[in-house]
Amino acid sequence: MDLTYTPEEEEFRARLREWLAKVLPTLPPKPSPDDWPARRAYDLGWQRMLHDAGYGDVHWGASPTVRLIFLEETEKAGAPYVGAGFVGLLHAGPTIAAEGTAGQRERWLPPILRGEEVWCQGFSEPDAGSDLAALRTRARRDGDDYVVSGSKIWTSHAEVADWCELLVRTDPDAPKHRGITWLAMPMDAPGITVRPLKTLAGSAEFAEVFLDEVRVPVANRVGEENDGWRVTMVTLSFERGTAFVGEVVACRRVLRELAAEARGNGRWDDPVLRRRLGRLNAEFRALWRLTQWNVSEAEAVGGVPGVGGSVFKLRYSHARQELYDTAADVLGPASLDLDRPWMLDRLSSLSYTIAAGTSQIQRNIVAERILGLPKGR
Amino acid sequence: MRFQLTEDQRALREGVRELLTRRFGPQALRVAVEEPGRLDRALWRELGAAGFFALRLPEERGGVGLGLPEAVLAFEEAGRALLPGPLVATHLAAGGVPGAADGEAVVADVGGSGLVEWLAEADVVRGEAAGAVPLRSVDPLTPLHRAPEGAGVDPAAVLLTAAEQLGSATRVCELAAQHARTREQFGRPIGAFQAVQHLCAEMLVRTETARAAVYAAAVTADPADVDTARLLADEAAARGARDCLQVHGGMGFTWEFEVHLHLKRTWVRTHRTGSATDSEERMAAELLAEPA
Ligand SMILES: Cc1cc2nc3c(=O)[nH]c(=O)nc-3n(C[C@H](O)[C@H](O)[C@H](O)COP(=O)(O)OP(=O)(O)OC[C@H]3O[C@@H](n4cnc5c(N)ncnc54)[C@H](O)[C@@H]3O)c2cc1C
Repeated sequence: MDLTYTPEEEEFRARLREWLAKVLPTLPPKPSPDDWPARRAYDLGWQRMLHDAGYGDVHWGASPTVRLIFLEETEKAGAPYVGAGFVGLLHAGPTIAAEGTAGQRERWLPPILRGEEVWCQGFSEPDAGSDLAALRTRARRDGDDYVVSGSKIWTSHAEVADWCELLVRTDPDAPKHRGITWLAMPMDAPGITVRPLKTLAGSAEFAEVFLDEVRVPVANRVGEENDGWRVTMVTLSFERGTAFVGEVVACRRVLRELAAEARGNGRWDDPVLRRRLGRLNAEFRALWRLTQWNVSEAEAVGGVPGVGGSVFKLRYSHARQELYDTAADVLGPASLDLDRPWMLDRLSSLSYTIAAGTSQIQRNIVAERILGLPKGR
Repeated sequence: MRFQLTEDQRALREGVRELLTRRFGPQALRVAVEEPGRLDRALWRELGAAGFFALRLPEERGGVGLGLPEAVLAFEEAGRALLPGPLVATHLAAGGVPGAADGEAVVADVGGSGLVEWLAEADVVRGEAAGAVPLRSVDPLTPLHRAPEGAGVDPAAVLLTAAEQLGSATRVCELAAQHARTREQFGRPIGAFQAVQHLCAEMLVRTETARAAVYAAAVTADPADVDTARLLADEAAARGARDCLQVHGGMGFTWEFEVHLHLKRTWVRTHRTGSATDSEERMAAELLAEPA
């Protein structure tokens, strides 16, 4: 067991740190959270800078450890989050890199890396959330196209996306996990209607997407026809395995800020609250160690994160909610003011136990795939 | 960064597990429970011969010359097997107290809460145990005395205790999953019911999070990592034992089934190195310190 980094890794860290110190002060101010076009431009601009500096493909071109260092350093330095680039960089990109043809990689990967195109994820449907394989959006073959009809929901960033990683049913007669196909759908194709949904935090993070006879070239299919479930599992392992890694660093910073705030406003003198903060400090320190463990394990087995990601996601999503509830206790009645720091984060953190697979589903996965319990009911 | 067990570390863990299975399997555990308060001196010497106590003692002083990570793996196995005796105290005394390193001597410590484990069986007691009075110990395999005053706590004692807790947590999670796979009710294994699945899943999540914390603390020996390991491992072990008991239903509430021994030992270990609130307070104070 070793927690020191190799000289090459340390060199990467030093170079990155130096670069961040140089470029971060030159960034324009962050746009308002409600202004999606501005957020898109901002997030892509950041990705472009990363790309030009040679860090563009760090999310899937680099070793898991290098990626961990990248996330740690960018977060510590207060660099922008992937934001609108999330789906492209963290799951569509890695999926296409792993499963796409040479032509598909050539066509889709460079624009993601250069910060030119935004992707969204069209997996969930109104009647297929946790039971994703129950999806009903149909695609029938017509010449060189699939003709797609149906609807998707909770599609994050759909409003500003250029592409959608779309799951469709290509064989309605096959058992439910078969007969699914993974397509890259251009969001400007005729027949697509995007209707933003307002989240409980008051913003339009996600949307409903209606698909009416949308033509998607067969050439846009990643993997074989009816083999989309397997491709999807590759996508989801990326999402659950590593997508939340950088946020642990952010939570540890928030904890320090909370302690300082509590010291300032007198709440620190409450031993119950103080010990709760202490316990959260231990919690997030342990989560960081678990992250390092999982990353090392992924590296040892060749890069794709395993079910250990579910263990992390379960614990982390609840810890994050506890963190912001504690923030509310530090603030007292001021916690009702959405302009106070952390209070919008408190609202968004409520999605963590739902998005990317609910806690209940994660527990099923841990029980069945790690502990070998029989398939649940 | 290669935060995984090395080949040597795996081999060491296997070796300790093999020794303990052979010398302190379920049958020996039963016997020990029937003869409370007696320590198996032959086993103690065997542990000594295998290097359990001298693991971290430098080779030039007759030790094995390994580090904290290896000691943590060995103590995890001890926790898993519910091995009785003042293991941590004797290990820490190796090199300081004659006979401790090779298991000839049994060494007891006055712990942070003033509790002394195995006082009557000890050849040497470190700390002020005068006036210590016996308690009717909750753990049949850990006789306890209460001394008027607690002693200072060695961070290594905190960490090795956390390692034992991790071993317990791992074991009770395995026991629960094993039972859930085989016990049938309503015509199917109880492990097919989500209420049971989710109990087991949470046991595993707590255990694996604690494992990362304990192993990291073994590597860094950083005080905040050690407190983290302690808090997480205490939680994983104590809650894990309860959940394991629940998964076993009525059988879980019997003297015959080993889970109560895990739970009770877990409680003893929780107090061995002072109170958990001390760890929480230190972790709170750490938040105000300058980040490293
Ligand atoms: C902020 C946010 C962003 C999202 N972004 C996207 C996106 O970009 N693209 C996308 O495709 N999807 C997205 N999602 C959708 C997300 O993946 C689903 O919401 C999630 O998988 C749950 O599905 P559902 O909402 O249909 O809830 P349901 O599946 O209806 O679940 C409702 C409740 O029932 C429980 N439940 C369901 N099945 C079981 C079971 N077998 N055992 C035990 N309990 C069960 C669930 O745990 C939950 O508590 C997003 C969601 C959120 C909140």
